[in-house]
Amino acid sequence: MSDVLLTVNGQSYSAYAPVGMSLAQLLREELGFTGTKIACNEGHCGACTVQIDGVPVLSCITLAHNVTGEITTIEGLRDHPLIEAFVEADAVQCGFCTPGQVVSAAALVAATPDPTVDQIRHQMAGNICRCGTYPRIEEAIQKWRG
Amino acid sequence: MARLIRTEKEVEGRFEELWLVVEEDPLQQWPAGPQSVVGRPAVRQDAPERARGEARYTADIQLPGMLHTAVLRSPHAHARVKRIDLAPALALPGVRGALGPGEAQGLDEEAGFAGAPVAAVAADTFAQARAALAAIDVEWEQLEVVLDPDDAIARKQFTSDPVEYARGGFEQALAEADVVVEGTYRTAVVLHNSMETHQAVCDWVGDTLNVYISTQYIWGVRDAVAEALGIPGDKVRVVCEFMGGGFGAKNDPGEYTFIAAELAKRTRRPVHCALTRREENTAAGNRNATIQKLTVGARSDGTIVALGGEFTNAVGWSGWSAGTDGPMQMLYACDNVRTIRYGAKINTPPMKAFRAPGFVEGTFGLECLIDELAAKLDMDPLELRRKNYASANDGKPYSSKNLMQCYELAQKHWDRRDEVRARSDDTWKHGVGMASQIWYGGGGPPSYAWTRVTSDGRVSVITAMQDIGTGTRTAMAQIAAEELGVPLDRVEVVLGDSARGPYATLSAGSSTTPSVGPAVRAAAADVKRQIIEIAAQRHDLEERVIDIKDGMVVSADGNLSQPLEELVGLLEDAQILGKGARGPNPTGMSVLTFGVQVVEVAVDVETGEVRVERVAAAHDVGRIINPLGARSQVEGGIIQGIGHTLSEQRLMDMETGRILTTSLDAYRMPTIADVPEIVCEFVDEPDEHLTSLGSKGLGEPPIIPISAAIANAIRDATGADVHELPITREEMLRALREADEKARERQRESIGAR
Repeated sequence: MSDVLLTVNGQSYSAYAPVGMSLAQLLREELGFTGTKIACNEGHCGACTVQIDGVPVLSCITLAHNVTGEITTIEGLRDHPLIEAFVEADAVQCGFCTPGQVVSAAALVAATPDPTVDQIRHQMAGNICRCGTYPRIEEAIQKWRG
Repeated sequence: MARLIRTEKEVEGRFEELWLVVEEDPLQQWPAGPQSVVGRPAVRQDAPERARGEARYTADIQLPGMLHTAVLRSPHAHARVKRIDLAPALALPGVRGALGPGEAQGLDEEAGFAGAPVAAVAADTFAQARAALAAIDVEWEQLEVVLDPDDAIARKQFTSDPVEYARGGFEQALAEADVVVEGTYRTAVVLHNSMETHQAVCDWVGDTLNVYISTQYIWGVRDAVAEALGIPGDKVRVVCEFMGGGFGAKNDPGEYTFIAAELAKRTRRPVHCALTRREENTAAGNRNATIQKLTVGARSDGTIVALGGEFTNAVGWSGWSAGTDGPMQMLYACDNVRTIRYGAKINTPPMKAFRAPGFVEGTFGLECLIDELAAKLDMDPLELRRKNYASANDGKPYSSKNLMQCYELAQKHWDRRDEVRARSDDTWKHGVGMASQIWYGGGGPPSYAWTRVTSDGRVSVITAMQDIGTGTRTAMAQIAAEELGVPLDRVEVVLGDSARGPYATLSAGSSTTPSVGPAVRAAAADVKRQIIEIAAQRHDLEERVIDIKDGMVVSADGNLSQPLEELVGLLEDAQILGKGARGPNPTGMSVLTFGVQVVEVAVDVETGEVRVERVAAAHDVGRIINPLGARSQVEGGIIQGIGHTLSEQRLMDMETGRILTTSLDAYRMPTIADVPEIVCEFVDEPDEHLTSLGSKGLGEPPIIPISAAIANAIRDATGADVHELPITREEMLRALREADEKARERQRESIGAR
């Protein structure tokens, strides 16, 4: 059995996925959701973060065949106020980690609309940014509602 | 008239002479401080597409029929391929091509480090390509391995000849000094670890090779690939609109590009070759380890009279011996300086430039040494630095230097010392430290830009530069908007394509803004002049009374006030084109950047844990184009530097030369939870001599002083001298024990004296 049925950003998809294929690879290569980035491909950096039923998940170490919930990728969050907050705070340098940062942050503010600095740092510590935009990310999340 | 001149160019401390054609009349420097657009905060023009995941990076490119590549790497630190058989790999399903040693640049028979590329396979999927590597039959002849840099130097195994430097008489000055401090400082190998790994997609269209690549220098890739393939440069088109970080490791094409180009040629398919994260941590370049044996001699009033240093760069199998001796030669006024710098060729992965190569390491050693001198003299470290302020660089005047103003900006942070130290208890000791910074960053010629104003009054800036994440795209738009007198949102920047814009410099050495910025300003001035000529004829006015302000063509008497799009709209589909070039750097002057950082730390003397609590930075890089983006550069440099100082260290097995820290859980980079409070200030004085823009680069300066400032704060908090990076808990506890022993010894001596 190699076909998977997935719900991504509210739409259903059927795709061929060899057993062992990661969700990240399926999303990027088969479904064209290239906003989800792969930076380490072993669950250490957070660039591939997507939400499954609102919970942030590392899609590069999630098997495509194991997913049962509804997936939200950065493509499903393009109108989220966090995007504007990241832009205004200058929380984007090279931008390769940014979609993963936004997906993680969106899960945080959905559960905790007014997170404390400690809550932001706890939730976001799994998303590495080599450019070092962290102070800006913190500011963006604090100001996400404008 | 075009003037042909001979001028000098600097990149990361390496100088070369070049011929240059100067065309434009020089423009007048804008006044200091914020203008209409330049000097005011601007959000990045491309941030929305990056944040929304719409920006297309090299990693995201999927071309029809594209093949994927895996690279066979040497398991040995030094070996020769005696025999290799690719046929079993080529016979596997999905495999479309394979290359062995000598079949692409970078694939060599002799492997000089564990991880050196020797063969490559292209297949329909990456999994197939990787599986095929196991089928390649290789017989290795193992060769002698040298891993210890001291060993390499003893054998005279250098990457380049040792570099000696001397001024004055070091020996005699040292003998006459009242106080002498000596120290040996060591820095570890650290890795760039850009989030997007090194990669390229190569696609032949007819006789033209399209190269999509994550790079800091599209024009350099174009030239290097053309040369390697023996084809004209204009038959190589290099595209990089978005790239996921470089930090110096992506200045040249790398074997992945040559492999993809050759396999694409052989298979007649587009080929993607990307390093995995583990390859990235092994073979993609590093900031090499250093050993620095340093000496300072001073008079009892704090005047530094002698500086000496023996610097060893453990370069690796390839790379260059960066200027670790530079800070010692340049940062302070000292008549008697003697340095020697060795580049050890060893069987370890290659060095690649990493954000102020050499100066990051050399500043750690020098600025720790200066603080140890201050301690010995019982002198305020800031006062000691002011006292030895340099007023020229090796006899050359500075194009501009405002380090003293940086010290003034830092004073209020330095004055927090008593308050910070008072927070200490039995376990956690608090202290404040500082370090200064000197570095290049003036950029230089050549670089070019074109401007285009269309009949709807919109402006395009076209240049074959790249924005590696520093925000240079937005800075260029600001410069064009300022010169042309239009709102920022009317200007777009077309970049990242060698076939669709004129040459622009590499994004390294903090050079993009100071190199390309003046070309953009000149191109905008050219197009503005043409628009004013058109307005003068249309409205029967003299050119000198016409200006463009905030998108309006206006006359001095106020009678003319016409929207730009209305004036150029007359021309329907015509376009007004301008061009601009970067002029030469001032002759006989030293173009340098300066700064100081003041750091507050807390040290747990029981466990050796170090926390950086606050960093205040004051930098002098000439005019600030975008204060918002500039602050991000400072914060980013400081955070990366905190990683270098406290947690990052590439570990290698000293028996086999194999890299042990190949994943991001083993190689520990800072996370959001590691970030201190960062305060960022600028002198923001245009460099009147450098260019009509007066700006220097800012990508590198902020990472330079942070390590020493942290170490000096640790000394202030605990009395311990840390001499090694990273300052692991082990190193911290060692330094604390050493400080304890020294204190006890002093106590015994004073009892004995009584």
